[in-house]
Amino acid sequence: MTEFEPKIIAFCCHYCALAAADVAGKTGLQFSPNIRIIRVLCTGKIEVPHLLKAFESGADGVVVISCKFGECYFKEGNFRAQKKVERAQSLLQEAGLKPERLLFDFVPGPGAKKFVDILNGMTERVRSLGPNPSVH
Amino acid sequence: MIVAERKPFSEILSMVEDYSRILVVGCGSCVTICMAGGEEEVKILSSQLRLAFKKNKKDIEVEEAMALRQCDDEYMNNPELINKVKKADIVISMACGIGVQHATAFFNRIITDKPIKIVPGLNTTFMGANLDVGVWEERCVGCGDCVLEKTGGICPITRCAKSLLNGPCGGSSNGKCEINKETDCAWHLIIERLEALGELDRIKPIEMYKDWRPSHDGGPRKIIREDMRI
Amino acid sequence: MKSGSNLERLLEKGEFVVTGELGPPKGTDVDVVKKKASMLKGNVDAVNITDNQTAIVRMSSIAAAKVLIDEGLEPNMQMVARDRNRIAMMSDLFGANALGIRNMLCLSGDHQTFGNHPEAKNVFDIDSIQMIYMVKTMRDEHKVICGDEIEGDFKMFIGAACNPFADPFRYRVHRLAKKVEAGVDFIQTQCIYDMKRFKEFMKQVVDMGLHEKCKILAGVTPLKSVGMARYMAANVSGIIIPEEMIARLKGAGKGNVATEGIKILCEQMQELKETEGIAGIHLMAIEWEHRVPEIMEMAGFLPRPKP
Ligand code: SF4
Ligand code: SF4
Repeated sequence: MTEFEPKIIAFCCHYCALAAADVAGKTGLQFSPNIRIIRVLCTGKIEVPHLLKAFESGADGVVVISCKFGECYFKEGNFRAQKKVERAQSLLQEAGLKPERLLFDFVPGPGAKKFVDILNGMTERVRSLGPNPSVH
Repeated sequence: MIVAERKPFSEILSMVEDYSRILVVGCGSCVTICMAGGEEEVKILSSQLRLAFKKNKKDIEVEEAMALRQCDDEYMNNPELINKVKKADIVISMACGIGVQHATAFFNRIITDKPIKIVPGLNTTFMGANLDVGVWEERCVGCGDCVLEKTGGICPITRCAKSLLNGPCGGSSNGKCEINKETDCAWHLIIERLEALGELDRIKPIEMYKDWRPSHDGGPRKIIREDMRI
Repeated sequence: MKSGSNLERLLEKGEFVVTGELGPPKGTDVDVVKKKASMLKGNVDAVNITDNQTAIVRMSSIAAAKVLIDEGLEPNMQMVARDRNRIAMMSDLFGANALGIRNMLCLSGDHQTFGNHPEAKNVFDIDSIQMIYMVKTMRDEHKVICGDEIEGDFKMFIGAACNPFADPFRYRVHRLAKKVEAGVDFIQTQCIYDMKRFKEFMKQVVDMGLHEKCKILAGVTPLKSVGMARYMAANVSGIIIPEEMIARLKGAGKGNVATEGIKILCEQMQELKETEGIAGIHLMAIEWEHRVPEIMEMAGFLPRPKP
């Protein structure tokens, strides 16, 4: 039996997470191939339905990566994102999905190492949670 | 506006899980503004339902739709919406209780080949104001005979826990109501406002028994404006 | 005479009256009422029968008041606006009158969220001030609210509560004035601990001449323990207990707090008797009915005047 390869969507803030991804690429830091990155101008733009839709569309895990609190280019976008992730977590739980499938985290500026760690950590976490029960 | 809250997911699920085609219809007015039954909430509920059904291996279709106002025929009389309702086995209305009832009456009048079942997705809670982002508070119970001119613009029927017309009761303490320390005593507010207006004398005469007939106690109320009818 | 009750007669004679209080049982046990009544008998002039106080379901105040009458005491039946609309109120008042009840207290009632059925729907069709007016109309005009004649006699000595410790303080006397205007015959106040504030209030009452238009009975309750004092001060809205009083209780030392509480109470009763505008005491012993004889003795209020 082949090992389960999770599909993970990473909503990444253009100003920090994406910058970190760039640095990672340039410095040869590898992150798992299970990740599909979606660039957003600010994580504050992500709405709860987007997060749920990702799971409906087949994601096994979703991660939202923003700037550190206080460093959001749009001031409070990341606070909003965090709240929305929390709300979506409880909505997922109501629908029978483990809220751990959805994660909120942040990277400082071009923190390539932290960025890669988040993605790899998420991959491992979702691998152990198993496939999204609402898809497979 | 009318303020509502979404019902718990498990309750909604139990209303619809025996059907195979579900339509979730939002309302574009009050409940959109109070973020309980607008487009976004329709999407959220629909997503949740699909996720839950798939997880439970149930083959159930969930469709989404909107009506600008479910309390008015005009905004539901649209072929696309009527078609969706026709195709559904059950409709979850994300409007207030008025919308749910009006939509039930409307679609059952328009669609004659089968009865249309509409269930509520929201708990309609009160008529209130938006105090801050994400904060609403009740302001009027529609008693049908407004007394605000006597009470400095603060409603004793709605905001006093005992609907006193000659308050404040003996439980008023430091500006708060006896029911809990978070709730303002309406009568304290009334007195302060009237003092500021120099109109405290307004509440010194006894306010006599209220006639509750214009309120809910007289059965469903109805207004007919003859000048608007042809 | 408006009612012919003992309480009315004594107050009219200018006697300094004392009323007690009795909470009916949370069920049908009439013996509870009889037992408490036996402790109060001869020690107070009338006894308040609470109406589902703190919104906890108990034997109805009408029924318990009737038991009291049979035991040879005079009840003061409380009625709250929380649980009855005007139809039920007037009907119950007819019934109460037929059973010989001649004193009543018109109250808004504690909100049901405090009780054992917070899910209940409240009524609050009319408020306590309107209730006073309603009973007065029934008695003096012999009519129910709508104007229909009452068949038979209707007699009632009309009481109401007043809480000088609720807020806003400056408005409290005006609310009392409204009750007087509505036709109240006597007033029982909330438990007094803060004598300073109470005297300030009474000065306003006297200045407005309200004490001449209705009889004011000062409410008192013994502090049984430091814990109770602290609990009441913190949690019962509309009760103020000065820190010095709590300190005095504490200072009494282990085993003596209750006695000290009674001592404080007796001193208060004496002081209130000397206060201008006060026509009597309303002693709410709250499950300490058995100590009422001792309190009354110690305060020098025995024997009670003959009706
Ligand atoms: S008095 Fe009646 S109509 Fe006016 S705000 Fe209050 S409940 Fe509404
Ligand atoms: S404390 Fe104020 S708001 Fe609360 S019941 Fe009494 S009068 Fe009404």
